[in-house]
Amino acid sequence: MQLTYLEAINDALRTALREDERVFLLGEDIGTMGGAFKVTKDLLEEFGSSRVIDTPISEEAIVGSAVGAAIVGMRPVCEMQFADFVACAFDQIVNVAGKLHYRLELAAPIVIRLPSGGGFSGGPYHSQNPEAWFVHAPGLKVVAPATAEDAKGLLLAAIADPNPVIFLEHKGLYRRVRGEVPQEPYETPFEARTVCDGDDLVVIAYGAMVHAALAAIEQLDGPSVRLLDLRSLVPLDEDAILAAARECSKVVIVDEANYSCAMGAQVASLIAEHAFADLDGPIVRVATPDVPIPFAPELERAVLPSVERIRSACDELLAY
Amino acid sequence: MRPAIRSATAVNTLGKTSPLGVGELGTVGAAPLELSDRVALFRFMALQRAVEERGLSLYKQGKVPGSFYDGRGQEATCVGATYALGPADPVCPMIRDMGAHLVRGTTPVAILAHYLGRADGVGRGREGNIHLGEAARGVVGMTSMLSDMLAVAVGMALAFKLRDEQRCSLAFFGDGATSVGDWHEAVNFAAVQRVPLIMVLEHNGFAYSTPSASQFEVDPLARAAAYGIAGESVDGNDVEAVFEITRRARERALAGGGPTLIAALTMRMHGHGAHDDARYVPAELFERWAQRDPLELQRQRLSELGVAVAEIEAAVAAEVAIAAEAALALPPPDPGSATTGVFATAEPVPLGLGAAPWSGFCS
Repeated sequence: MQLTYLEAINDALRTALREDERVFLLGEDIGTMGGAFKVTKDLLEEFGSSRVIDTPISEEAIVGSAVGAAIVGMRPVCEMQFADFVACAFDQIVNVAGKLHYRLELAAPIVIRLPSGGGFSGGPYHSQNPEAWFVHAPGLKVVAPATAEDAKGLLLAAIADPNPVIFLEHKGLYRRVRGEVPQEPYETPFEARTVCDGDDLVVIAYGAMVHAALAAIEQLDGPSVRLLDLRSLVPLDEDAILAAARECSKVVIVDEANYSCAMGAQVASLIAEHAFADLDGPIVRVATPDVPIPFAPELERAVLPSVERIRSACDELLAY
Repeated sequence: MRPAIRSATAVNTLGKTSPLGVGELGTVGAAPLELSDRVALFRFMALQRAVEERGLSLYKQGKVPGSFYDGRGQEATCVGATYALGPADPVCPMIRDMGAHLVRGTTPVAILAHYLGRADGVGRGREGNIHLGEAARGVVGMTSMLSDMLAVAVGMALAFKLRDEQRCSLAFFGDGATSVGDWHEAVNFAAVQRVPLIMVLEHNGFAYSTPSASQFEVDPLARAAAYGIAGESVDGNDVEAVFEITRRARERALAGGGPTLIAALTMRMHGHGAHDDARYVPAELFERWAQRDPLELQRQRLSELGVAVAEIEAAVAAEVAIAAEAALALPPPDPGSATTGVFATAEPVPLGLGAAPWSGFCS
C-alpha cells in the first residue's frame, strides 16, 4: 500500500497496538486530537483511553512512568510533541532508562518518538535534531528512518526491542515522503541501507538528509556516487560505513544537526581511525553550524544543509 | 515569626498532634500485627542498623570504596512501610531505606558485598553504597537524581491499573525531593490517573544541610489535598504506626482509591554521608531525637510483652558478623566485564516477587 511517512508511523502504532496487548501510548494531545501532527489519528477511537493516554504536560513523568510500566511488563510508546521538548525528559531518559540494564539488570523496553527537524520556520524550539545527546548516553538505541517503509519497520522493531529506543521521525518527511509500505507487520533491522550504489564517492546521511543527499547526487553529472542511509545511529553499522569508505575512498557526511559532536563527527572519527589508509581525500562534513535554528526562512535556509551545499561538497571532494 | 528550623517544631510536638495541622499523630488504631510480626519489625530494624554499622566500619577501614550513606534513625519508616507490602508490590527505596531491601529478602551478605563492590554483591560492582535493588525481589534501585523513582513508581502503578491487577507500588523520598519538578509531575499524573500508589515522604527536616524552612513554604503533606489525593501524617519512628498507615494506604490503593501521600516524620541521626559531620544540625535537635530512637521504642514494646530482645539482637549481630566475613572473602569483579551488559539482548524479565513477611499475607 502507498503511505506517507506519517501514515506509515500511524500504521506501525496501530499494528503494534493490535498485535501486542502490552503496547500502550503516552503523550500530550495524542488522544482526541490525534497528536499535534496527527500521527496518532484515530487510535483513541480504536483502542480507548487506557491504551492511548493523554498525559499532563509532563515530559519527565511521561518517560519516567513509561520506564515504570516497562519494568513490570508493558511496552510503552511515548510521544514528545516536538523533539525539542525531550530536553525536559532528559534525566529520565539518560539517568534512569539508559542505565537501568547495566546497573540493575532490568530491561526497559520503551520507545520515545521525537518529531524532529527543521525547514518550516519552527524556530529554535520546534526544529531541533537532538539525536547526538542520546547517542552519547550509554544504554539507548537511536534510530532515524528516511522512508515510509523504514518508518514502519523501524518503529515496529523499536517496540519489539528490549531496550529504550529513541525514534526520530522528521517532521519535514511526514507528508512529503510517500512510498510502498507492506501491509503485514515487519521489523527493519537497525542497520544501514545503501540507497544507490557507486564507487567514486559515498555520501553518508540519515533522516531527512537522505533525501537532500539523493537530490544532490542526481544533480551530479558523471561520477558514480553511493548513498548510505544510516537508519540506525545506535547501534551504528560500522561494517557498512567502513566498507563504503574503503570502496569509494571519498566520503561526504551530512547532518541536519549542529556540527559539533554530531553523528557525522562520530562517523568521520570511525573512518579516520579504521579506514584512513583507504581514503583519497579528506573526510568532508556538511552540517548545521553551531547555532540555534533561526525563525526567518532566509536565516533558516542559511544554516540548514541544502541540496546545493551537499552538491558542492561532493563536487569539491571529487575534484580533490 | 516562623521558627528558623521548622523541623524543630515537628520534633517538639511529635507524638501529640501533627505540627502541620493535618491529621493526628500516634492515633492510628491497633495494628493487626501478631507478636511474630512485632518481633520481625524489630529484627529488621536491628538488622538494618547492624548491617549499616558494619558497612560504615568497613568504609572507615578503607575496604568500602567511594562513599558511605546510612539511614540511622529512620529505620522504622522503611521497615514499617515495606512490611505492609504484598509480594507483587514493587518498592523504590531511597538513600535511608536499607531496611526495605532487608524486608524484601535481600541478604546481609549480598548488601555487604555490594558495599565492597564485589562481583556477587547486589550491584555486581557496577553500583555501590545505597544504590542497589534486586529486581528479582521487586525492588527497583534508586538513582541519585531526586525524585526520579517516583515517576517510575507511578508507571508501575499505572500498568497495574491498566491490567486490572490487585497490586500497588511504593516509593520513598525525602523532604528535599519534593522541591524537584519531577516530584510534582509524578504526583499530578498519579492523581489524574488515580493509580494504586503509596508515596512515603521521609520528612527528616533536612535535605543534606538545607532545613525544610529553606526548602518549601507549603509543607509537602498539605500538597496532597492540592493534588487531590489522600495524605496522612505518621510518627516515622514508630514502626508499627508506619506499618498500619501504609497497610491502610495499600487497601485504599487496591480498592481504586488512588494514591496516598504518607508523611513520616523522622530524623536523620547521621550526616548525609560518612564524610558529613552534620555540624549544621543543632545539637539539641539530635539530643531530642535520640530520645525517640525507633529501635528503642520497639524494644520497650517487646520487653513489656516479655520478648527476649537481647537474644534477637545477639542473633542479628552474629548474622552480620558472619555475613561480613563471607562478603570480604568474595572476589572483586572481573575488569573485563566492565563494558558488558549495557543493552538487554533477551526478552525482558519483569520485576519479580519480593518477600512479604507480614502474617496478614500468610493467613
